[in-house]
Amino acid sequence: MPVSLLWAVDVHGRVYSLSSAGQQWELGRDAPMEFKRVTAAQQCCWSLGCDSSIYLNVFASDLPVRYKVETYENQRWNPVDGFSERLLPSDRWQWSDVTGLQHQPLHSFQLPSSSWEWEGDWYVDENFEGEPTEKEGWTYSIDFPSTYTKDKKWNSCVRRRRWIRYRRYKAMDTWAKIPSQPMSLPDPFSDISCGGWEISEEPGGRLSLWVVSLQGKVWFREGICHHNPEGSSWEEVPLPGEVVQISCGPGDLVWAVLWEGKLIVREGITRDCPRGLSWAVVECPSPEVGAIHVSVGNGVVWAVTKDNKVWFRRGVNSHNPCGSGWISMVGEMIMISVGLHDQVWAIGCEDRAVYFRQGVTSSELSGKTWRAISAPRDGERPHSSASSQQSAGRFFSGEVQAQSVVSDADSDVEKGSADGAIFTTPEPSLGSPTEPPSNPAVDAPKARIPKVTSDSFISELVSDRDQGKPSKDVLSVTPAVLEEEVIPADGEEILLCAGEALLSTESRGGPQWSNVDLEEAQTGAVLDLAETCSLSSVTTFTLTVEDGAEEHPMWAWVSGEGCSVDSSSQLNWFSSSANTTSVTQSVQSMSLSISPAQTAAWRRQIFEQLSERSRREMDDFKHYEQAIEQSVWVKKGAMQWWRDWKPHKWIDVQFAFEQFSGPDGNKDGILFIYYNYNEEKKYLHAFINEVTILVPVLNDSKHTFAIYTDERTKQRWPIRVAAATELEMYDWLALLSVSCCESRGIQGPPSKQAIWSITCKGDIFVSEPSPALEAVPYPTPCDQMFWRQVGGHLRMVECNSAGIVWGIGYDHTAWVYTGGYGGGFFQGLASSTDNIYTQTDVKSVYIYENQRWNPVSGYTSRGLPTDRYMWSNASGLRECTKTGTRPPSPHWTWISDWAVDYSVSGSTDREGWQYAADFPASFHGYKTMKDFVRRRRWARKCKLTTTGPWQEIPPIPLIDVTVLPCGAQSSVDTFPLWAISSKGDVLCRLGVSAQTPAGSSWLHVGTDQPFKSISIGAAGQVWAIARDGSAFHRGSVSPQNPAGDCWYHIPSPAKQKLKQVSVGRTSICAVDENGTNISSPSRRVVHRGFLNVPVCFGVFLAFLCPGNLWYRQGVTPSYPQGSSWDHVSNNVRKVSMGPLDQIWIIADKVQGSQSLSCGTVCHRLGVQPIEPKGQQWDYGIGGGWDHITVRGNAMEPPRIGLLSQKDTAPPTSSSPLPVGIAEPNGTAVYS
Amino acid sequence: MADDKDVLRDVWFGRIPTCFTLNPDEVTEREAEPYYLLLPRVSYLPLVTDKVKKHFLKVMRTEDVEEMWFEHEGTPLKWHYPIGVLFDFHASNTVLPWSITVHFKNFPDVDLLHCPTNSMVEAHFMSSIKEADALKHKSQVVNDMQKKDHKQLWMGLQNDKFDQFWAMNRKLMEYPTEEGGFRYIPFRIYQTTNDRPFIQRLFRPVSTEGNPHTLFDLLKEMCVCASEENRFQVVIHGIEPLLETPLQWLSEHLSHPDNFLHICIIPAPTD
Repeated sequence: MPVSLLWAVDVHGRVYSLSSAGQQWELGRDAPMEFKRVTAAQQCCWSLGCDSSIYLNVFASDLPVRYKVETYENQRWNPVDGFSERLLPSDRWQWSDVTGLQHQPLHSFQLPSSSWEWEGDWYVDENFEGEPTEKEGWTYSIDFPSTYTKDKKWNSCVRRRRWIRYRRYKAMDTWAKIPSQPMSLPDPFSDISCGGWEISEEPGGRLSLWVVSLQGKVWFREGICHHNPEGSSWEEVPLPGEVVQISCGPGDLVWAVLWEGKLIVREGITRDCPRGLSWAVVECPSPEVGAIHVSVGNGVVWAVTKDNKVWFRRGVNSHNPCGSGWISMVGEMIMISVGLHDQVWAIGCEDRAVYFRQGVTSSELSGKTWRAISAPRDGERPHSSASSQQSAGRFFSGEVQAQSVVSDADSDVEKGSADGAIFTTPEPSLGSPTEPPSNPAVDAPKARIPKVTSDSFISELVSDRDQGKPSKDVLSVTPAVLEEEVIPADGEEILLCAGEALLSTESRGGPQWSNVDLEEAQTGAVLDLAETCSLSSVTTFTLTVEDGAEEHPMWAWVSGEGCSVDSSSQLNWFSSSANTTSVTQSVQSMSLSISPAQTAAWRRQIFEQLSERSRREMDDFKHYEQAIEQSVWVKKGAMQWWRDWKPHKWIDVQFAFEQFSGPDGNKDGILFIYYNYNEEKKYLHAFINEVTILVPVLNDSKHTFAIYTDERTKQRWPIRVAAATELEMYDWLALLSVSCCESRGIQGPPSKQAIWSITCKGDIFVSEPSPALEAVPYPTPCDQMFWRQVGGHLRMVECNSAGIVWGIGYDHTAWVYTGGYGGGFFQGLASSTDNIYTQTDVKSVYIYENQRWNPVSGYTSRGLPTDRYMWSNASGLRECTKTGTRPPSPHWTWISDWAVDYSVSGSTDREGWQYAADFPASFHGYKTMKDFVRRRRWARKCKLTTTGPWQEIPPIPLIDVTVLPCGAQSSVDTFPLWAISSKGDVLCRLGVSAQTPAGSSWLHVGTDQPFKSISIGAAGQVWAIARDGSAFHRGSVSPQNPAGDCWYHIPSPAKQKLKQVSVGRTSICAVDENGTNISSPSRRVVHRGFLNVPVCFGVFLAFLCPGNLWYRQGVTPSYPQGSSWDHVSNNVRKVSMGPLDQIWIIADKVQGSQSLSCGTVCHRLGVQPIEPKGQQWDYGIGGGWDHITVRGNAMEPPRIGLLSQKDTAPPTSSSPLPVGIAEPNGTAVYS
Repeated sequence: MADDKDVLRDVWFGRIPTCFTLNPDEVTEREAEPYYLLLPRVSYLPLVTDKVKKHFLKVMRTEDVEEMWFEHEGTPLKWHYPIGVLFDFHASNTVLPWSITVHFKNFPDVDLLHCPTNSMVEAHFMSSIKEADALKHKSQVVNDMQKKDHKQLWMGLQNDKFDQFWAMNRKLMEYPTEEGGFRYIPFRIYQTTNDRPFIQRLFRPVSTEGNPHTLFDLLKEMCVCASEENRFQVVIHGIEPLLETPLQWLSEHLSHPDNFLHICIIPAPTD
């Protein structure tokens, strides 16, 4: 789970954040003023300042928020001037938008607010539908409006070109005021809540922001999304009453509290209408005591009534946003915040501490208990008295000493009052009347300030304190003053802030934990003081920090909307011994691969002494006889076996494994499958040292795994066995895997040269290449490669020969390999104990709702008898109902409900339907006369939790990554690593080295359109594919200029859209989409690799269609763009080029002697400098492979002098031995 | 060595070179040659001395043979202690090979238990494992195992099959991460200065404040005077771990196959 923040405001209006991985509250130091409330999303935090304005803090990211503005320059040809600006009177504007209807000259574009800046100047777009145009970017046509081409023809009478400019949001990580609209917002705001990001994924980063004004009106902020974080305008929402507080969940729940204590629920919130349609009234939990606060999540509502009781609403969901009834909960709180995953935080009524609700799970939404978060605030004084003076002194000096700080505060005051809003300097004597130390400071402010030397100042103040004498008059008077002063101040119902009013009345006599609102309410009374004590206020302010810290912080508001934790999260918020743990924490974060425990002295001692013991007790006595003779160990079990002959079916067998020591001391073993055939006992066996891979195939009905040998790989027909339980299956798998590795002498983590691959189930396999693997002309046959599994779950993985390995999950999370091995079901011996971490992944399962039109009732779910199932998978061949569809395997659990998926390729109508003439055909997103059937896709998210040697690299989700391949002995220390974010941004990772494979930060590389694939070659050549299918080459990438300077557009092969590119040492290969429609009938035949799962995975759908493999011709150092694309092969899904220019692919439709397999690892044979495209394919493991990377294998093969060209001949010192190993094996290579 | 699992291997494959000599008082037909053997530290004497017995029986008459027992420098060796513990406790600072005298008569009934067959060893071994699991997991893990799983543990030990043993034993070493360790650490402390055979008490791996207990904490709690560092050695599997080593880690990695952490406190050599 990525690190996210919990936000809170203390009673003095300071904003703090607490990281889900952290242990202390961090003060937001750059706040322009005190805040009343905050509401956080994962990418930003909104707040309500004491001036009642709205502030926005967009969290800095390596991905900039940039927005492309464009306008078109239109020209017409005339015989005199040729093409010129002179248009006909009937023509469009000379500068216009794409339709030509709107006048848009360059100077008409203004920055929306002071938080934006222009990235550069206007420039002409020379890319036209994936094709490069002439230098000036003109596209030609006969007339406006018409279709344009990039070629000028004899009849081209008009032309136009596109101008582009980017603006960038610059106010990252600071609080930027949202400019108020002068006309529409008469009164200040009093509450704020954001959410709604799950309503729709389009546009990206969309948010709903609801605010409440002091007059009880509700406003909705329009147009907030990723590239417009501030939103565009306020829209008033009609109300049945006066609202005091509102809460918006991550989905479509919005509840608000009315002044009289009733609750209202927004109804009709949908994707098309995020503001909703109407309000429904819900009675408050107890009729005599109204509600004062409500907070909603995905499917829960929590409320607080005026007596501080906490209530939980039963039965709330999307279809019934009102729920069914209230349940009283334990605890007395003043406010509650429901965050992501329906987790709950609250602020205690008595102690003003932040509480976290423990045990909130999807099955038990109300949780178990409240637990106070005891994390200290940063800068908080340690308990030991010796150091307290010192640290307090440091704290002070930073805040007080500089004159400029004081003047800043001054100007803030002015600004605040200039805005006409109510503003006060923080005045603790008013806010917290019981705090005596403020008094002396107020009394003699100016005298002290200039000569502050922190330590003496503090001790002086401390000695001035008179704890025994709380100023009684203040205590009793202040609350009274509050009410008296407040009502005339605003002239009307100030009490509508029921919570605070209640607070002020209730806390009379007790310690007064004032909210900022209260301070503000008194402004009138103290305004005359403001000038004189503006200097002192800074001092007293910091003093109260110190003072408050002595006990525990008093909180006024908490927001967990952006905090992604759940009941299983390991949180460090509750430990009291934060000092010691924070040390180990920081040590841990310093280095990825070395954990402190591993380097601890006690561990080293044990390791060293054990070696010493072996030397002492065994080295001299090796000739002694062993007491126990090695014998055979047999493990047996009952299993089922997928019979090799027809009719294929599962039959009961006895499964036995015999392990013994081979003659050379290596352990070896044999697998036996005993079955009955015609009453006769028979068996099938496999030697462990011949097994090439063990593949778990878990689905909801059977716990099976497949055993391959090289022979079985050729046949495309593994031995498939099924265990009775999942546990038993993993026991077997772990044991057999260990035995296979032992018999081949493989142990520990994968080498830097390792070849990584991933199946369509997300399982990760790794193979150790031998030097002979890339030998010419007789390489090790691909089907003899031994693959072992590594824990974790990924969609793709990329590596280089320096051991840098990055992976990307199905949910686009980036992961870096930690150097461990095992994890997942490998436990104990088969797994390293360090460097194994929890890994999660999320993917969607899709089903289709199909309908047929009939003249009577229109579209209904009554199909023709010949039709597909009305609820089916993508192909329509299998019935998939909402209730009957299960997660892909028991490892996955549902984390959402079924929802219509609008992100289908080919667009949809407003209800998500796509139309077609008949099943199966190509669907489109609008209805025509000829359409008789329609379908829509439903998606449901599921989540998997496993372990593996992977650590997350937050926060940017990625779709592709590549790291510079290098020679085996490379002297480079930092490696360029490029990636594509899930939004299509190109990113360059800085600081990636063998020691810190995770790197340090991202550098954003601007592009004019989203990209989808990227690859960097050994010489730093960066090639990328844009979403429109065209290729780009990045110029001038060098260690000095890691991001290069500009993109060169490379036309794609004729009529083909490229989808993936890979660059080796010098060669460049790309795969196209081949224009194949996924639902075309011809595709169905090949869906037969037994690993292939019936569900498809959204964005990656494109990768499932095989395309053509293209080789870039004519690439030279002086002309790195090359000249043309050369066709190499068809039926290719993915390509991986290695540092030796070796070509490996994932291919489809590979015919074995018994079966056909899709997703097969293939190796190009005969690749040589004179023949870089190679000659033919050698087929390896297959049947559901999705990804391979050979970019770590820089092991030069032993060359055979006879066949090498003179110029490439290696030094003849290479021993003749490898020739023997690479014995020609004619039968292995077949095609 | 890079990984904790290598420790398990090193512990399992620890061997003590041993020289068996026949007690000179035994009546023999001809002079008995000494017999040299590498004894697994984690095993038990009756499991590994078939060859010894066979070797000496060759020179003896059957009527002179009673139950075989072993003695080192006058101390009868208890077969129900792991061999490594016997060596560390009685002979750790002596010259290798370890010299053991083999007896075939005058069985010291006071000091030793009879061991007619290896099933006695099995019963003892399995009861130790069950006792340890009672301490670690309230017996939950061992009770969840099937008969064949118990057999696998025993056969693994008997046949010196590391994989076979640990494939099952790892289940006994698991614990809920949030608890930070076992319920109690199964341990036994052997002391030369004490009349009792060994100390065994309830001791948790994590203190009430949530800090992991170390070997030092254990020794202190058990009132073992090991803190007088120069006079005593704390030996586990022939090595002396630092006293700051976390006890839970020791229990997971340096326990004997019977799942107990056997700790020997022996006088430091005075050279």
